[in-house]
Amino acid sequence: MAGNEVNILRAFYEGVAGLASAYRITLKHLFRKPITEQYPEYKRPLPARSRARIILTRDADGDERCVACFLCSAVCPVSCISMESGEREDGRRYAQWFRINFARCIYCGFCEEACPTLAIQLTPDFEFCQRDILKLVYEKEDLLVDHGGKNAEYDFYKHAGVAVKGDKGTHYQEAAPVNIKTNLP
Amino acid sequence: MWFLGFVLLLLKTAIVLTILLGLAAYLILVERKLLGRFQIRFGPNRAGPFGIWQPIADGIKMILKEDTIPQGADRVVFKYAPAVVATVAILIAAVIPFSRDAILWGYDIPMVISDLNVGLLYVLALSSLSVYGVALGGWASNSKYSLLGGIRGAAQMVSYELPLGLSLVPVVMLAGSFSLVDIVNAQACYPFVVVQPIAFVIFLIAAVAESKRLPFDLPEAENELNAGYHTEFSGMRFALYFIGEYVHMMVLGALVAVFFLGGWRGPWLPPVVWLVLKALMVPFFLIWTRATLPRLRYDQLMHFGWKLLIPIALLNILATGAVMLWLRG
Repeated sequence: MAGNEVNILRAFYEGVAGLASAYRITLKHLFRKPITEQYPEYKRPLPARSRARIILTRDADGDERCVACFLCSAVCPVSCISMESGEREDGRRYAQWFRINFARCIYCGFCEEACPTLAIQLTPDFEFCQRDILKLVYEKEDLLVDHGGKNAEYDFYKHAGVAVKGDKGTHYQEAAPVNIKTNLP
Repeated sequence: MWFLGFVLLLLKTAIVLTILLGLAAYLILVERKLLGRFQIRFGPNRAGPFGIWQPIADGIKMILKEDTIPQGADRVVFKYAPAVVATVAILIAAVIPFSRDAILWGYDIPMVISDLNVGLLYVLALSSLSVYGVALGGWASNSKYSLLGGIRGAAQMVSYELPLGLSLVPVVMLAGSFSLVDIVNAQACYPFVVVQPIAFVIFLIAAVAESKRLPFDLPEAENELNAGYHTEFSGMRFALYFIGEYVHMMVLGALVAVFFLGGWRGPWLPPVVWLVLKALMVPFFLIWTRATLPRLRYDQLMHFGWKLLIPIALLNILATGAVMLWLRG
């Protein structure tokens, strides 16, 4: 009987001590400095690869990278990209007009993944909401920028899309041809 | 003469109502700020400096919101249930004395809206009535979440009404009166919390359960029942439930002050300030508790109320009576 009472007392003490420690911890947090970043005053620097407003980039020579292949338009899950293709005198394709409806865009980044020429890219700039929904329809002149975006040096036409003039292994970044006979024992 | 008394009564009512509703509105802001700080956030700080216009903005928003009534709801009950909660909570404030009697032009003016000689019973009766708002609101909504919340509310409040009442019996025994004014006067030498710590703790716990706050917020358990009994309410009706809850918190704070902490009595500061300070201690404790404790399971809640609080309250009454008899000789 005596042992039982001691047990009850100990359980009571432990219960109260447990509650008190919980209250103590929350009270300690009351006097801590809040870790909130207050958005409009403080803008957190976003990673370069965060996905927001879409741009059309140019290659190192200043030419438009987009070749109007329709891959971005095809892969877009909400069908917010539309364009019409054209061809220049030198045979290179380009977009006659290019339109992204940002009111529908879900910023999934599939277009960026699909683009063979790295023309279409997503940028960290997300602050471009509008009261008027039609103002969110961006035309080519709104999308086209004067820089190369994330991979400024890349030029699709150095790799592909043009006729190979030289011999095997002479093309840009092409590996030298392997002599298949050297593998023989 | 009766006209003067009437004007005086109206004046007192207006002042008490203004202070009570103002405090309740700003209690919402204080709760949000404090909860934020407990969770290392800022809380609302956009509407004015330190968010001081937040309650006003919320109020305007609530009034302007669409008032939806769900299909199949009992329209009459649905419309009046929120008013019950708010009215009952506000009515309790009528018997709380907030200062010593003032003497104006030779007249003795009691600083309480109504000094009922059964004030304590009036408080308990009104406190029980607020369960109607919860249960009827939950039933009238024609929603299973609301109904579950309403039923839980009814069961919980009936269970915790008993320890709430029983914990006040020793106070009445010590003061020898049901009148709240007399109870405060009986604490002229020392507050009752000194001699009745157990009753104080029981009253506090039962008060938390009465005001449906964590860890006893089963009637509105957000993660099980959406919002419990006020799931279907919107606009001003939802605001009435909200006001009712916060006024209830303030009033319970004032009651704790009156019953256990000596009411408006205190040195240096004016009596009203003392009462408000003491009354604010309970809401602060409730907010602190909300930041600290998780919700009880339903059977734990019932177990705690019936098997722990009520027996302890009864034993406390017995012990108080025995000691009083022994002291009297």
